[in-house]
Amino acid sequence: MQEETRKKPELVCPAGTPAAFRTAVDAGADDVYCGFQNATNARNFPGLNFMLDELEEAIDYAHRHGTKVLLALNTFPPAGQTQLWKQAAADGARLGVDAFIVADIGVARHITEKHPGQRLHLSVQAGAPSVEAIKFYCEEFGVKRVVLPRILTVPEIKSLKSEIPCEIETFIFGNHGLMAEGRCSLTNYATGYSTNMDGVCSPAGDVEYKEDEDGNVRSRLADFTIDCFGCGQNAGYPTICKGRYHAPHRDDAYYAFEEPVSLNLAGLLPDLIEAGVDAFKIEGRQRSRAYVRAVVEAWRKAIDDVVEGKPPEIADLLAFTEGQKQTQGAFQSKKWR
Amino acid sequence: MAARDLARFKDVPKHLLRPVPAWVYTPFLQRAAGHIARKHPRLFRRLGPHSHKNFLIQFTNLPFVLLLQPHPGHVRIEVFRDARHVEYDAKISGSFLDMLRLLDGRMDGDAIFFSRALRVEGDTEAVVSLRNALDDVEGSIAGDVADLFGAPGRAGLSFLRRIEA
Repeated sequence: MQEETRKKPELVCPAGTPAAFRTAVDAGADDVYCGFQNATNARNFPGLNFMLDELEEAIDYAHRHGTKVLLALNTFPPAGQTQLWKQAAADGARLGVDAFIVADIGVARHITEKHPGQRLHLSVQAGAPSVEAIKFYCEEFGVKRVVLPRILTVPEIKSLKSEIPCEIETFIFGNHGLMAEGRCSLTNYATGYSTNMDGVCSPAGDVEYKEDEDGNVRSRLADFTIDCFGCGQNAGYPTICKGRYHAPHRDDAYYAFEEPVSLNLAGLLPDLIEAGVDAFKIEGRQRSRAYVRAVVEAWRKAIDDVVEGKPPEIADLLAFTEGQKQTQGAFQSKKWR
Repeated sequence: MAARDLARFKDVPKHLLRPVPAWVYTPFLQRAAGHIARKHPRLFRRLGPHSHKNFLIQFTNLPFVLLLQPHPGHVRIEVFRDARHVEYDAKISGSFLDMLRLLDGRMDGDAIFFSRALRVEGDTEAVVSLRNALDDVEGSIAGDVADLFGAPGRAGLSFLRRIEA
């Protein structure tokens, strides 16, 4: 019965700039997610994100094309410093966003009380992977969709879907930094800035690249060397979790936490749709228009193919992946590290 | 010969252009930079405090470097034979065609960085701001510059776009 009433999954696409936003809409996004130029979202990078007038124009453009706008308010306000988040919620509601993506229960409560009727999505930053956790957010704050942490297999997602009262959104492509979503304090330890409260993982102001005479590039974050790429080796993001380190039990420098690799679930797309996933998310608000255009067009076609009963044709997106490597991660198997 | 075959000769410009004095390029590049600044004023808003930084652009296959100073209302580009005596806040290195593809909105900055074809040194925050500001320019900066020089400019850009990486 569920098969007959199932909606076509939505394609949720990233936009870090107004130009990328329009590119995503034109390329076939059902939803575009974005954030303000401040700590209220988890991509608080220099030169990225939206000012008020830019978001207003973007929402108008999206709605004229039948696309929904999701505003990321997915960081955690420090105690006693909530005004920035309250203002962002008020601005988003006034401008007419279609949903807020939240992680913090205080932000969720504020929107529920001060802006009733606004649709809430639970950010991956909330790190809610269980029936109990998701039901809590649905019952307490009326959350309509959960963005799942990237630690569940497809059968687990299918099982979860049958037990929770909200939509499911999963990542399908992009950066794969999943070690402890919404809980990671590595950047905070190294730089004093918090990924979860300041919205910045590896702040660019603390990142340094130094090339030696042999062409090897050493990447550093604050006082910590993260990696050294030899000539011909592909690079990754300058995040601590993707670095190579020496450790007492190893002779060589190795990826102690995670490897620089991107998620690509092209091979699992039919299974994910069959499992009942309501929306597929492309990571990458920090990426360019060229990335948005290529990746959104590719996934638009793939989803449409599957829904029409055709085998999905997905363009080769390897060139856009971190370290030029891709994985199906835990979606394929729990054996993934 | 197909235009893409010319990619094999990517270092030829370095040798052909070597006898040309650096100051010859400056008026053309200065005019192009001023045109872009006037046409896309929002670019400076996105650059924020980094609009007062000095960016050294080093083409790996051309015999000169550029010093870009994207100051609001007074964008400057200077051309130098090499980078040895140039003071800068951030340095961006890559091939001319890759830089063109970035300005054309056809290449992703992170992807080219992952592949090591683009290298950055110095003030990383300024580089990220510049990248994001340029990527937010609607259309193509390369196309805008080509338009400035009329039919020959557009023909030249069309030719360069046909050369594959």
